[in-house]
Amino acid sequence: MNAILTITAKEIRQAIRNRWVLAATLLLAALALSLTFLGSAPSGSNVGARPLDIVIVSLSSLTIFLVPLIALLISHDAIVGDMERGTMLLLLSYPVARWQVLIGKFFGHLAVLAFATCLGYGAAVGALLATGSQMDREGLAAFAAMIGSSVLLGAVFVAIGYWVSALVRDRGTAAGISIGLWLLLVLVYDMALLGLLVLDKGQNISGSALNALLLLNPTDVYRLFNLTGFANVSMFSGMAGLVGSATLSAEFLVAVLALWTLVPLAFASLSFSRREL
Amino acid sequence: MTVTVQITDVSKRYGRIDAASGVSFELGQGEMVALIGHNGAGKTTLMKLMLGLIHPTHGSIRVLGEDPAAGQFSARRRLGYLPENVSFDASLTGRETQRFYARLKQEPLAKAEQLLDVVGLGAAADRRVGTYSKGMRQRLGLAQALIGRPQLLLLDEPTTGLDPELRQTFYDAIQRLAAEGTTVLLCSHVLTELEERAGRVIIMNRGVKVADGSLDELRRLARLPTKIRLKVSGLASGEVPSWLAASTPHRRLNGHIVEIDAAPEQKLDLLRRVMAAGTSVEDLDVMSPSLDELYAHFLRSAETPR
Repeated sequence: MNAILTITAKEIRQAIRNRWVLAATLLLAALALSLTFLGSAPSGSNVGARPLDIVIVSLSSLTIFLVPLIALLISHDAIVGDMERGTMLLLLSYPVARWQVLIGKFFGHLAVLAFATCLGYGAAVGALLATGSQMDREGLAAFAAMIGSSVLLGAVFVAIGYWVSALVRDRGTAAGISIGLWLLLVLVYDMALLGLLVLDKGQNISGSALNALLLLNPTDVYRLFNLTGFANVSMFSGMAGLVGSATLSAEFLVAVLALWTLVPLAFASLSFSRREL
Repeated sequence: MTVTVQITDVSKRYGRIDAASGVSFELGQGEMVALIGHNGAGKTTLMKLMLGLIHPTHGSIRVLGEDPAAGQFSARRRLGYLPENVSFDASLTGRETQRFYARLKQEPLAKAEQLLDVVGLGAAADRRVGTYSKGMRQRLGLAQALIGRPQLLLLDEPTTGLDPELRQTFYDAIQRLAAEGTTVLLCSHVLTELEERAGRVIIMNRGVKVADGSLDELRRLARLPTKIRLKVSGLASGEVPSWLAASTPHRRLNGHIVEIDAAPEQKLDLLRRVMAAGTSVEDLDVMSPSLDELYAHFLRSAETPR
């Protein structure tokens, strides 16, 4: 078995033992289920909105807050924590390259996130099926795309967490910076952007400039992908207005998210390989 | 003798601190070498350099025919390392940990698991490492270092936390490996332990190698006096025995024991004179300078010229 897979397997085993997998899955499932059952209340059941579409809208809004947080919690510790505990020193005396350690951990953490997301959100679909809701193929496709892009959003933040972890000297700093980044990308950026748009009143910021600004934040890329990608969904998300001006295809948005994963991962690998133990 | 480690004029700077400067030595196959020095003398730095974990500021290092920092790993498969204060992932069991490291070295898992029995962890193999005592973690550290019959063993403070019996088994295992051709480099503070075992001693001080040689060679170089203790009966308390020149440093210990500091070449001469004088000697002790004393001596002589 090669070195990357060996490390991946160890990370997964540790995440299971540390109850990370259990905690993340339960958290996502509990929130997904409560949104599923409460979610139809505000819109009422006779407006014509299909339950699945509503679940997608509310779940993807939830994902933007929660998945990055879980991803950063798992990843911020990955390098600096192992260095502080002293396990990294021994590991690197073995015949593995540092990038292999990083990629191995990445696959492991991604597997944990993917498992938690699929099972947690899958529970929502299961609940809808059990209550006899109707769903069509388009709705299911949108839901699958939502799960897939949620995992991808997780990958982005795992990679960002590694970069932080490879740069800083101690775990406390890594945790602080991670929380700061989470606040910035999940809350502050959108508020600032909104404020900017209100002040600007559509004078100077063109549609393409807005698109560019949205692409600079991975959570907005995720939002664009899920809330505008499918016609039914965008109707209920309040993003229908934006869809008219959005010229970005789903493939392009996925590619941007992939780039948001690969670039921090590459920088993390670079910082890690330069680091002296 | 095949050279396994070759360190040529190696220096390592951390900011303004010289962790190692101008260090050169070679280690041969089957050698058992003790690397001693204060904390911060550069022992751990040298080990990390040999592992390729850090790059030398100056000089070159070859370990098992490779440059360890060049990113090739075939040498690392034949190398065992036990870091100081070794630590493991607390949530894995001893057996899982051992299997993990064996996989990384691409060695058979069953053989690696047997090593747990060798270090006396067989019964605790399926417990989580988090529940292990310090000594048990140390034993696990030894077990992982021995995976795959390494040709070079780098052991940083290997016997801390081990009880005397386990210490003995540990040194026996190491000596067996050395006899089969493994180069062993040991760092330790417990000098008395190394004295009987290490064929060669390298003394480091502030990043500089101050002495290197077998214990006998170091004794010759240091010219430290041998302590001779004679238990003599019927000697008045202030009396200097007739066979002892007044210039020879000596002292009286609890009444009837005379302790003499004899230069190496005076040793036999002195004993002959004692015998010729017909003094009634009840007991005799000859103590060559211990590694502790040699170490202190070389550190002193390294400090004075500065």
